[in-house]
Amino acid sequence: MRGYLLSRLGQTALVVFLALTAVFFLVRLSGDPVLLFLPMDIQAKDLNEFRQRLGFNDPLLVQYGRFMAGAVRGDFGESLRYKRDALGLVLERMPATFALGGVALGLTFCLAVPIGVVSAVKRGSIWDYLGMGGAVLGQAIPGFWLGLMLIYLFSVRLGWLPTGGTGGPAYFVMPCVVLASFYAARITRLTRSSVLETLNEEYILAARAKGLTELVVLGKHTLKNSAIPIVTLAGLETGQLLGGAVITETIFAWPGVGRLTVQALLNRDFPVVLAAVFMVSVTYTLLNLAVDLLYAWLDPRTRRESPA
Amino acid sequence: MTGRQLRRHGLGVVGLLLTSLTVVAALAAPWLSPHNPIASDFAAGLEPPGTPGHPLGTDQLGRDLLARVLYGARIALFIGFCTVLLTALVGGLLGLLAGFYGGWSGTVLMRIADVQLSFPFILLALTINAIVGLGLRNIIVSLSAAGWVVYARVVRGEALSVKQREYVQAAAALGMGRARMLFGHVLPNVAPSIIVVASLQFSQFIVAEAAISFLGFGVQPPTPAWGSMLSESRDFLYVAWWLAAFPGAALALTALGINLVGDWLRDVLDPKLRV
Repeated sequence: MRGYLLSRLGQTALVVFLALTAVFFLVRLSGDPVLLFLPMDIQAKDLNEFRQRLGFNDPLLVQYGRFMAGAVRGDFGESLRYKRDALGLVLERMPATFALGGVALGLTFCLAVPIGVVSAVKRGSIWDYLGMGGAVLGQAIPGFWLGLMLIYLFSVRLGWLPTGGTGGPAYFVMPCVVLASFYAARITRLTRSSVLETLNEEYILAARAKGLTELVVLGKHTLKNSAIPIVTLAGLETGQLLGGAVITETIFAWPGVGRLTVQALLNRDFPVVLAAVFMVSVTYTLLNLAVDLLYAWLDPRTRRESPA
Repeated sequence: MTGRQLRRHGLGVVGLLLTSLTVVAALAAPWLSPHNPIASDFAAGLEPPGTPGHPLGTDQLGRDLLARVLYGARIALFIGFCTVLLTALVGGLLGLLAGFYGGWSGTVLMRIADVQLSFPFILLALTINAIVGLGLRNIIVSLSAAGWVVYARVVRGEALSVKQREYVQAAAALGMGRARMLFGHVLPNVAPSIIVVASLQFSQFIVAEAAISFLGFGVQPPTPAWGSMLSESRDFLYVAWWLAAFPGAALALTALGINLVGDWLRDVLDPKLRV
């Protein structure tokens, strides 16, 4: 178990290293980095001074070495816009994104799993059609459009909810619904197909033959065995929530990492972009690791080596 | 048709109808549109839907919204089609080679795919787009660079399993050349997976393009792309709901139609595939 954990953490480090390398070279090779880093209306004299000061006149590999040496120490340079440590800026925004993502994830499961289970158990009923219809629609409606329409309805027309920003629970409602909609749709469909598959297994027949109540058959025998594909997808999707957060945070002016990243890209604030890439890839790979550990608990068959 | 068949094929038919509607709108946009989509008329700005001559109203510059939504279908389908073609060709070919020949190049390819998959798709496409630059061609390049891995993975897995089948081994034993085997036996067997992945990716690319243009990257105004129209509509949400409602509805219906076709193709061609 310890060896497995260590090798997975090693993989995480490798992924983060390669992601940073790719973004570094993309930024550097896509044109004059100084022009990318600076606003369009800069004077030629300032430009050269800036180039010298940030070391852009050095060979590319020297620059890369310097960048990586900094990155290892958590130093991505100073944000060009905020004149502050870039990683600190990103870290400061992480809690807001985690809060949004966490509530959205909770909402997703509270909606998706019951609807999926009911759709599977009452297959072909009106509930099944309603649930699946909702899921198909939820998957097709783009989050940013849903967000705009919700703002129009609940903020502009009815005046019930704030259009954006952060504060009390009212500020969470619309961003969480938007962020959860797409994932809830996918997880509902997956729950349904996974439960349907499990219900066909022989041990379910055996459990029923033993005379167990339907509640025990469903709650204990079916749900735990259906959970594996659901957890797989949920793990992958939890990472994608980080991507969805980029758009949701921008619509609702949510002060998280996603909005910071979009602003940094628009302002060509690349130290912040690289710091955000670093944090996102670390978070994403660690989430996947957590999901894999959760499997081992759910399904002993997937344990790679016995914890000696 | 029995109830089950209707359930299985009915939604696919609805999807085909919706998709054909979008295709017709895109192809016939010049004949269906009452106006030029980028011609401004400042005297007729922000007219509500139902105004004579402007069935869906006009935007802040007096441009006809119906014309812009119809031309938007062209942009969306063009980007979706080019991206799917590019990713299917590049990702499919790389996956095929990695699965069929294997070796260290296949391993390296799959490690690259792993790294790329350890980053949210939309954020990856957005970052690439911000770096390579804006515009129609660059958004296609960015989406393709972010999206090819899905094909590579699926096709590699399929190619690996096809390679083990008896008829492929029989063909090898009979001395069939590798290139002929690749295109004669392996490719036809992985083709259904490629088609299913392509149809499921199509709407994802269209929505991603709209999202990226919405955030201010990608396709730029005055080009009538749905995403940039929605982005402009944010400033007028208090006075002109129609600017946000119609382009978004067009995008949602297009995505819905393509998704339904994709689900249907998967059920028919490759029910085991999970994308």
